[in-house]
Amino acid sequence: MAGIELTGLSTVYPNGVRAVDDLDVTIADGEFFALLGPSGCGKTTLLRTIAGLEQASSGTVAIGERDVTAVSAGQRQVAMVFQDYALFPHMTVAQNIAYPLRVRRASKQDQRAAAVEASSDLGLADYLERRPAQLSGGQQQRVALARAITMRADVLLLDEPLSNLDARLRLDARTFLKRLQRELGLTTVFVTHDQAEALALADRIAVMSDGRIRQLGSPKEVFQRPGDTFVANFIGSTPMNLLDGTIADGLVEVAGARLPVPAGVTVADGTPVVAGIRPEYLLLAEPGDAAGITGTVSIVENLGVTSLVTIECGDGTLVGLTVPEQHEPPVGAPITAAPAPTRLLLYNAETRTLL
Amino acid sequence: MVSPPQETPQRRREGARDTAGLGVARAIGFVTPAMLLIGIFLVFPALWTIYIGLTDYELTGAKSISPRFVGLANFLEALDDDLFTNALWLTVVFVLGSAVIGQNLLGFTLAWLLRSARPLVRRLVEALVLLSWILPSVVVAYLWIALLDRDGGTLGALLGSPGTAWLVEYPMLSLIVFNTWRGTAFSMMLYSSALAAVPPSQLETARSVGASGWQTVRDVVFPHIRGHVLTNTLLISLWTANDFTPFLLTAGGPNHQSETLPIFIYQQAIAGGRLGYAAAISFLLLLVNLVVALLYLGLLRRRS
Amino acid sequence: MTPGAVLRRTGYVAFMAAVLAFFAVPMLWLASAPFDSNPGLGLRWPDWTLDNIGKTFAHPYALGSLLNSLVLCVVATAATTAFATLAAYALSRVRIPGRDALLYVLLLLSSVVTGTAAMVPIFVLMFQLGLINSQYATGLVIAGGLLPAAIFILKDFVDSVPRSYEESARVFGASPTQVLTHVVLPVARPGIATILVWAFVQAWGNFLLPFLLLRDVEAQPAAVLLRTLKDEGGSANLTVIPVFSLLYAIPVVALYLFVSKRYGFRFHGGIKA
Repeated sequence: MAGIELTGLSTVYPNGVRAVDDLDVTIADGEFFALLGPSGCGKTTLLRTIAGLEQASSGTVAIGERDVTAVSAGQRQVAMVFQDYALFPHMTVAQNIAYPLRVRRASKQDQRAAAVEASSDLGLADYLERRPAQLSGGQQQRVALARAITMRADVLLLDEPLSNLDARLRLDARTFLKRLQRELGLTTVFVTHDQAEALALADRIAVMSDGRIRQLGSPKEVFQRPGDTFVANFIGSTPMNLLDGTIADGLVEVAGARLPVPAGVTVADGTPVVAGIRPEYLLLAEPGDAAGITGTVSIVENLGVTSLVTIECGDGTLVGLTVPEQHEPPVGAPITAAPAPTRLLLYNAETRTLL
Repeated sequence: MVSPPQETPQRRREGARDTAGLGVARAIGFVTPAMLLIGIFLVFPALWTIYIGLTDYELTGAKSISPRFVGLANFLEALDDDLFTNALWLTVVFVLGSAVIGQNLLGFTLAWLLRSARPLVRRLVEALVLLSWILPSVVVAYLWIALLDRDGGTLGALLGSPGTAWLVEYPMLSLIVFNTWRGTAFSMMLYSSALAAVPPSQLETARSVGASGWQTVRDVVFPHIRGHVLTNTLLISLWTANDFTPFLLTAGGPNHQSETLPIFIYQQAIAGGRLGYAAAISFLLLLVNLVVALLYLGLLRRRS
Repeated sequence: MTPGAVLRRTGYVAFMAAVLAFFAVPMLWLASAPFDSNPGLGLRWPDWTLDNIGKTFAHPYALGSLLNSLVLCVVATAATTAFATLAAYALSRVRIPGRDALLYVLLLLSSVVTGTAAMVPIFVLMFQLGLINSQYATGLVIAGGLLPAAIFILKDFVDSVPRSYEESARVFGASPTQVLTHVVLPVARPGIATILVWAFVQAWGNFLLPFLLLRDVEAQPAAVLLRTLKDEGGSANLTVIPVFSLLYAIPVVALYLFVSKRYGFRFHGGIKA
C-alpha cells in the first residue's frame, strides 16, 4: 500500500510532441484515482510512465516514498491490467492468475494456492482449468484483476478497464470494481475517456488534455465547478450551456437576459464572459421572472424520466434545459428558465477559466 | 453522450516499442547470428561475384593459382559469345512460354473455373496441382523423363506415336510444358485469393445483364486483379529465369539446344572450369534479378 | 438446356478432365513403378511386388543418402528457425537504427541472390575454405539462403502478437528472457512451426547447392543421389529409382499435410504475394 507522487513529470517524443507536460500530482494511499480525457491527451502515457513501461523525459515518479524513476517496470511493485486484459492464451486461468508468483519462482503448490484463493474471491473457482478464450469478457476482466491482486503490489493500474465490455455489463463491472477497490484498499489509478465512469468510480479525477491536467478534484467539484470551459464541456452526459455574454450594470447580459453575477465573483462592466449553466441546473420559471432566460421551445428530446428542451432565445442563442416528464412543454410555446441559485458559473472569455 | 474515439496507439507506439525491455544492445545480439549467415552466404557472394567476374580465374591450371585482373574482358567476351546469346534467348523463351503465358494462363483459368466447381472436383484438382508443386524437383524431373521417354514413355503411348524422343527432338517445348505443369500451383493460389476479393455484387451485376464469362473477366475481374497479374508475372518470371531444374531434364542438351542461363553458368563454371567468366555472367543475372525485384517491390508498395 | 449451354458444359467437363489427366498422369508412375517387378518408364498396371523396396535398401548409398538429407535438413532447419526467430523478435519489438532499410534489403536479397546467381561465388568460397564435402557447411549455406524470407515471415507473425502480453509480463516482474520463453515463444508457436516445416521442405528438396558442394557420393543427400543413380551406366536403375523417389518424396508430402491439418496453413513455398 503506497501513495504515488509525480513531480515535474514530462514526456517528450522524438517528434517534439509533449505527451505529458510538467505534471505535479500526489495520489493518496488507498485512493481510487482517475485520469480522464479525450484520446491523445496523455493519460495513457502517464499511466504507462507510472508503470515503468515508458521513460519520462524529465521529472520523478515516487511510489510509497521510493523514487522509482530509474527503476525498471518489473521492480516497481505495481500491478497493471491492460485494456485487452493481456491474458496469456496458452495458459489456463489458474496459470494466468499465478503468473506473478511464477516469475518469482514460487513453488508450484504456492502458485496453485494463490490461484485458488484469488479465483474464489472473484467468483472464478469453476473456471480454473479453462483457457481465456473460453471465458466471457466480464470473466476475462476478473481473471486479469485476480492476476493483478496476486502480485500483492502497492499500486494497481487500470487502462480503460471497462471499455471492452458491452454497455450492460459495463455498469455491473463498474459497481464490482468500486467494491473491490474499497475492500482491498489498494491505491488504484485508472485511465478512461468516459466521464460518467470517472465520476462514478473515482475518489478524485484529473481531467487532462494535451499532456496537462486541466483540473484535479473530486467528482463533485469537477462536475459542479469545472475549472475551465474545456472541463465544463467534457464532464456531464448532457453538454453544459456555454453562452457568450458581457457584464453590464453589474449583471450578466447573455442570451437576451440579465442574470445576477454569482456570489463571490467580482468582475468589471464590459468584460466579455462565458456563462456556464448545466441543463440540469436550469429550472422552469415564471414568464415574468427578471432573472430568467426567455425564448420559444425549439426542440424536445425525450431522455426517459426527463426531457431535454432546447430554447431558442430572442437573439438566436440556443439554450438547453432538462425538465421532468410531467412538465414537458409543447414545441413553439414560450418558455422562461432561470439558473438554480449558486449554479451559474462565469468564465473569462479569453482565458476560458473560472472567475 | 460524449464518448470520444479510442486513443490511437500510433503516437504511443513511437516511444514504447521495446515491450519486453530487451534494449538495443541485446536486440542487436539477437539479430547478429542471422545477419552473420546472411552476410557470409548471400551478401558477400553477391558482391564477390563482381570481383571474380573481373578476373580470369579458373578451376584448374595456371589461372587457378594466380588469376589476373582482366577488367571488363569477360563481359566483352560474353557479348561476342554465341553460346551466351543462345542461353539468353533460350531463357527468354523459357520464361515467356512457361511463366508469362503458361503458368499465368493456366493458373488463372483454373482459379476462375474452380470457383464454381463442385467441392469434390475443386479439392481434387487443387490437391493434384499442389502436389506437382511440392514434390521435390529431382523427383518431378524424373517423372517427366519417364513420361517423355522415346521407347517406353507414357506420352508416346497416349499419343500413339512412340519413337519420339521428346526431350531430344523438342527440348524447349518439353521444358516449357514441364515448367508450366510444375509451377501453375502458385499462380492458381494467388489468383484464387485475388478473385475472392472481387466484390461479388459486381460479378452478379455482370451476370444479370447477360455478360458472357469472357466479358465478365475482361470488364469486371481484370480491373480488380490487374495489379496482381503484374506482380505475379514478375515474381514467377524471376523464379523461372533462375530455375536450375531444366538441368535435371536435359542438362542443356542436345547440343546446347535447351541450355538456359542457369545451365550455361553451371557448364561454364564447373564443367568448363572458367570461374571468372561464369562469375561475370552470374553478375549480369544478379543485375536482372535486381531490376525485376525492385520493380516488384515497388509495385507491391504502391498497391498497399 | 440450350445447345449453347450444353456445349459450354461439355467444354467445361472436357477441360477439367484434361487438366486432371495433365496433372495426374506424370505422378501416377510414382504409384505404380516402385511396386512393379519389371518396371518400365511407361505407365502400366504393375505386376505387384515389394521386392524393389528390399533391393533399394540394399543399395550401398540409398539409405545413407536419406540419412545425409536428414542431417543436412536438420542443420539448415535448426539454424534457420532459431536465428530467424531471434532476429524477427528483435526486429519486431526494438527500434534498431536502420531497421526499415535492413528489412527492405532482406526482402530484396531473398529474391535477388538465388542459388543460380550465387552458384559461382559460393562454390569458390567453399572451395577456398576447403569446405567442399562438409555437410554442416552446406547446411549453413542453405540456411543463409532461407533466412531473409524466414525473418520476414516471422516478423510479420510476431508483429501480430499483441504487445500487451509482453508488457503485462514485464510489469509483473518477468525478465526479458522470461518474457521470451513464458509468453512470446508459446504464442508464436504456429508461426515458428510453419517456418520449421517450410525450411525443412526447402532444404530437403534443394538440389543445386548439395550438387555443387557435396561431391563425394557418400556425403550426398537423396536429392543428388537420385540424379547420380540416373547417370550411372547407360540405362537407369529402374528397380531402385522409383522406390527411392517415393521414399524421398514422402516426407515432404507428409509434412505438408501435417502443417495444413494442424495449423490450417497453406504455405506456397515462396514469398507471399
